[in-house]
Amino acid sequence: MDFATLLQVLDSTVRLATPLLLACLAGLFSERAGIFDIGLEGKMLAAAFFSAAIAAITGDVWMGLGAGILASLALSVLHGLASITFRGNQLISGVAINFLAAGLTVLIAQDWFSQGGRTPSLIGAGRFEPIILPGAAEFAGVPLIGPIYAELISGHSILVYVAFAMVPLTWWLLYRTRFGLRLRAVGEAPEAVDTAGVSVVGLRFVAVGICGILCGVAGAYLATALQAGFVKDMTAGRGFIALAALIFAKWRPWYALYACLLFGLLQAVALRYQNIDLGAFVVPVQFMDALPYILTVVILAGFVGKAIPPRAGGEPYVKER
Amino acid sequence: MDKMPGWADAVLVPLISLLLAAILSALVIIGIGEDPVAAFKLMVDGALMRSSGWGYTLYYATNFIFTGLAVAVAFHARLFNIGGEGQAMIGGLGVALACLYIPWPNWYVALLGATVSAALFGAMWALIPAYLQAKRGSHIVITTIMFNFIAAAVLNYILVNILRPQGAMDPATARFPEAAQLPTFQDMFSTAETAMFRGAPANVTFFLAVFMCLAVWVLIWRTKLGYEIRSFGQSESAAKYAGISPIKITVVAMLISGGLAGMMALNTTMGEAERLVMNATEGAGFIGIAVALMGRSHPLGVLLAALLFGFLYQGGAELALWTNIPRELIVVIQALVILFTGALDNMVRMPLEKLFLAARRKA
Repeated sequence: MDFATLLQVLDSTVRLATPLLLACLAGLFSERAGIFDIGLEGKMLAAAFFSAAIAAITGDVWMGLGAGILASLALSVLHGLASITFRGNQLISGVAINFLAAGLTVLIAQDWFSQGGRTPSLIGAGRFEPIILPGAAEFAGVPLIGPIYAELISGHSILVYVAFAMVPLTWWLLYRTRFGLRLRAVGEAPEAVDTAGVSVVGLRFVAVGICGILCGVAGAYLATALQAGFVKDMTAGRGFIALAALIFAKWRPWYALYACLLFGLLQAVALRYQNIDLGAFVVPVQFMDALPYILTVVILAGFVGKAIPPRAGGEPYVKER
Repeated sequence: MDKMPGWADAVLVPLISLLLAAILSALVIIGIGEDPVAAFKLMVDGALMRSSGWGYTLYYATNFIFTGLAVAVAFHARLFNIGGEGQAMIGGLGVALACLYIPWPNWYVALLGATVSAALFGAMWALIPAYLQAKRGSHIVITTIMFNFIAAAVLNYILVNILRPQGAMDPATARFPEAAQLPTFQDMFSTAETAMFRGAPANVTFFLAVFMCLAVWVLIWRTKLGYEIRSFGQSESAAKYAGISPIKITVVAMLISGGLAGMMALNTTMGEAERLVMNATEGAGFIGIAVALMGRSHPLGVLLAALLFGFLYQGGAELALWTNIPRELIVVIQALVILFTGALDNMVRMPLEKLFLAARRKA
């Protein structure tokens, strides 16, 4: 493999890791506050559809992004209502949200556009265009560093940079602010937070809301930047890979970045090479597809470092009387 | 006693939840500019007014009985088996291997052998998540989700690279031999004068599914193991104190659950397609969740809920055929059922409980 090919693979790694990273951080906020969320997939899907639909109708991708975030937030509120207010089963609520999004997006797409459950292709201002960072053209000639800067770092859409900036921001918010301390506490020992006079319900709703916003951005990225429009089931399990990455990262932001880049790399390699011939044996493409899930099971099994979820995760909080 | 009467808990709460889901579904149909009454009538006509419609309804219901029972058994042990889809896929592999490589003398011996094989393969696929939950404390929901994806990759690999006949394009096995093909309702109930269930895929597996409802009822409420499963589900600490091994119950309940999910493949693979195709499960593993929730994890409830979903599936196909309503409407209805009977259960239950208490105080 030559240097140019390597750069291309890494470039598509960044592109494919971006939605995973956004969804993974979304899940991190929710689960750190004690609300399990297996509805990341559905929220991304709803956001992907509404961002593409509104961008196609208005011709303005920013309107699309806003619509995507609102759609995802609406599902978050539903999840919060079910799992916080009515103390229902968070996992079942997540399953319901995934199906709701899978069905409603196609239903509405067919009603609005009559194109078999897809939106029209987005053109011009309806899409997020790549941003050429200053000096990319000038430095491209410099050996090694030049192409890395021009190909790998420059030339992505704004949402890619947003996603990567979210990593330090999330770390700072969680570990260096009062809000972050409370958020982490509410996922470990909600009774302590309650005793301190801070609203458990309020904090959890805020966390679920942040999760909704980030999933919204992830979905909008899929439909308006990575691809040009919505197609049925376009998230294709990314919400679950993000969930896998979150466990792989043991619910920590920087590790989430590494896990998402790893899983993005796996997707990029599988996309480019199909079956990989290693001489002695051939690695089938199906193995590359399954690898994120296999790795997650191994991590969950605790054979390579144990993944321990937030202690109060999945449990509705009931005040003692 | 500040509790509702038993009948309200078992019948009234699910009915109100179902009603809410139905009202919202009707609103969705109005929202996309169609008439819900006409749509419902079309569904009834297509699914229940002809014997071939019933043939499809019962065919789908067969799938949902198996996967619904699978989820229900796990629910009794307070385990959420979301991996029915993967277990059914691998169960399909068991069916295909049994049908292709063992020379069966006739269909009922073949059905017996394939049933054992399907259940074994499905149970095997549930074993690792069960073991990890019991021994290592990994959350069963996450591991079973992961195993769904791994199952899809495994099946894809095996169909494309190993079981696909030479020269065939689509990833599927060869056709099963004649002796391993199951009689359909058309074969069983048609007389010389009138053809019944013409062309419909419902087959003898339906009766196996109904029999499994009975078997699960006996298991859960009439055996020692069932008692242990239920006590473990009610309170893990109490079960432990009574000498019930949490590890054994977790693993055994998941094996039974996986086996039931695997048996679903008998219907689609041996009964209908007569070969193993890539998407043989048709999402039935997930519908099992809705069916088990609606049926309150009781085999009779599962049977009724599976019939309802069978009707919805066949009716939905009719809608997609004759109107502009896509099949995905069924996915929305399914989501609403899961939402109201599962996640928002307390929303219905709490006010109802208050109502009953107030009525009792007055009396």
